[in-house]
Amino acid sequence: MTDSSPVGERPQLAPPVDDSGALGWMRRNLFSSWLNGITTVVLIAAIGWILSGFLEWAVFTANFTASVGSECRDQGACWALIREKYRYIFFGSFPYEQHWRPLFAVIAMLAMLVLSADRRMWNWRLLVIWGVGSFVTFLLMFGQIHIPLSLFLFVALVVGGVGMSLRKAVADAGEMNAYRVLAAIGFVGLALRIAGILPAWSLDIAPLSYVETSLWGGIPVTMILATYGLAFAFPYGILLALGRRSNLPLIKGLCVGFIELIRGVPLISLLIMASVMLPLFLPSGTTIDKFLRAQVAVILFAGAYIAEVIRGGLQSLPKGQFEAADAMGLNYPQKTLLIVLPQAIRVVIPPLINTFIGFFKDTSLVLIIGIFDFLNTANQALVDPNWAGFPAEVYLFAAFIYFIFCYSMSRYSKYLEVELNKGTRR
Amino acid sequence: MAAKAVRDLSKNASLIELKSVNKWFGQFHVLSDINLDVKEGEKIVICGPSGSGKSTLIRCINRLEEHQAGDIIVDGVTLSNDVKNIEAIRREVGMVFQSFNLFPHLTILDNLTLAPIWVKKMPKKEAEEVAMALLKRVRIPEQALKYPGQLSGGQQQRVAIARALCMRPKIMLFDEPTSALDPEMVKEVLDVMIELAGEGMTMLCVTHEMGFASGR
Ligand SMILES: Nc1ncnc2c1ncn2[C@@H]1O[C@H](COP(=O)(O)OP(=O)(O)OP(=O)(O)O)[C@@H](O)[C@H]1O
Ligand SMILES: [Mg+2]
Repeated sequence: MTDSSPVGERPQLAPPVDDSGALGWMRRNLFSSWLNGITTVVLIAAIGWILSGFLEWAVFTANFTASVGSECRDQGACWALIREKYRYIFFGSFPYEQHWRPLFAVIAMLAMLVLSADRRMWNWRLLVIWGVGSFVTFLLMFGQIHIPLSLFLFVALVVGGVGMSLRKAVADAGEMNAYRVLAAIGFVGLALRIAGILPAWSLDIAPLSYVETSLWGGIPVTMILATYGLAFAFPYGILLALGRRSNLPLIKGLCVGFIELIRGVPLISLLIMASVMLPLFLPSGTTIDKFLRAQVAVILFAGAYIAEVIRGGLQSLPKGQFEAADAMGLNYPQKTLLIVLPQAIRVVIPPLINTFIGFFKDTSLVLIIGIFDFLNTANQALVDPNWAGFPAEVYLFAAFIYFIFCYSMSRYSKYLEVELNKGTRR
Repeated sequence: MAAKAVRDLSKNASLIELKSVNKWFGQFHVLSDINLDVKEGEKIVICGPSGSGKSTLIRCINRLEEHQAGDIIVDGVTLSNDVKNIEAIRREVGMVFQSFNLFPHLTILDNLTLAPIWVKKMPKKEAEEVAMALLKRVRIPEQALKYPGQLSGGQQQRVAIARALCMRPKIMLFDEPTSALDPEMVKEVLDVMIELAGEGMTMLCVTHEMGFASGR
């Protein structure tokens, strides 16, 4: 029977019933044919067998309470080991009674990361979040921070200079004057400091006892290496990628050379160079903190990889986008920041986060040069003769913690893709 | 290379002057001794076979392509490698492309206000008013907050025209503005262009729309 009444007057019908209940779904997807049914049954049996074996070991016969390793013999998983050692695994050799400090440092970093994951924060707020977050983190970790005057002067110079060049087009006279004053103060101050006229003043904030980096360990170390490694490597990688596409042969050559050189050596050898060879070249008496050297090595290494990912995004942009931006009279920084990078980065979010996840795990290579990151402290927990012989428990635990971090990043990548492409697809 | 000028209206000063302009792509001589003189308010239609260098010619005028010999003078400024000159000329010259080239990550409104805000230092509010007025003129003000990917081809090209007009250019360059469009959308874009011509805009247009070219 056909309905010949005008479209607007036809009765509203319910959509066709779809049998998407659990049973319907199973019938359609798991038991649609004989072969499918058999495969399903066999796989479920196999998974069940493995899972029950694992649960037997990890839960039913596991020992949660032993006070020494020998009590765990001939039983399931010895989780008592984790119970005994978790403070060391998480915080390394940081003074025991001060463990609240790395704990809150980790919380501060997590808060900083979660806040900056929100797109609404991607403006001046991001600077505030990272400024406060980093200050709290390092104050807790070090206990005392000495900020030299020249750092303030340097920041004033950079902020003033960047403001003067980038905001030229949009700032009013008052704002421009503020940038000029900042840059002038920074420049004159630094000049006087270098000439030795200004003394080496520094701002001392010392509410807690000092803990040097060689005592740091565990989760805070892994998080600092990864967070600041990627936070610096990202803009640096963008600059490298832009440099590689530059028309100026010198800049292009430098960037290509750097990327190829860094990509051509393993991270381990870079770390060893930073820890063993770099001190040989430095004038005797000067020392650069080993932790800082490892951090720089990670930044350099990650930067080269990120640069290549970003370059892929730059190349995917149609030529017309550059031409349209040129034809409107945008200059190079405007074109790059407003048109090119926002589009290029959107395209490469999946490989970019993939690189980030890889680097988060690669930070564990610093154990080669004796830095106690999370995997290394987990490793050290096995050395105790009282608890010898339970590597599976410790590594499973470490793997679980790594997985939480990496899986969060992976989910975030998914969210970001959807969020940034809102409206831009039909 | 055949340039057919539809001369009318004014006998004012030249806005664009090309003096024996030459350009090569490698060994290939694309533009040989081109002379052209465009007065204020004139509309020039450029026709010719495919590959004859029509696009190259108008892209030389705002330095998307670099010419190798001869002089190009736009509104009294001689094109050279001087970035200041190039930027000055680009502020006076709007361009509409065959493939629209809207910025897909920005809303229609942001596409329009970008250049006025960043190049002309216009306050945001004022730029938005100008943009909305122009969107009304090309008859799609209701699309202001959508993204380019959500518009039809004809709508996108009208946005592209409005985007170029936002800078209040003295000259508009069109490179086959209708050839990427379905036939039923060609008219809506041509109507906007004809209206613009009627208002006295100086226009250089590469097109195969002979109805439009004959000047109606
Ligand atoms: N970047 C380039 N490098 C080398 N040759 C080019 C380049 N751009 C254009 N050409 C050549 O120059 C000639 C003129 O190109 P142009 O795009 O100006 O032609 P056109 O007249 O606009 O043609 P159409 O009507 O197909 O758009 C063509 O033969 C083309 O192959
Ligand atoms: Mg062409």
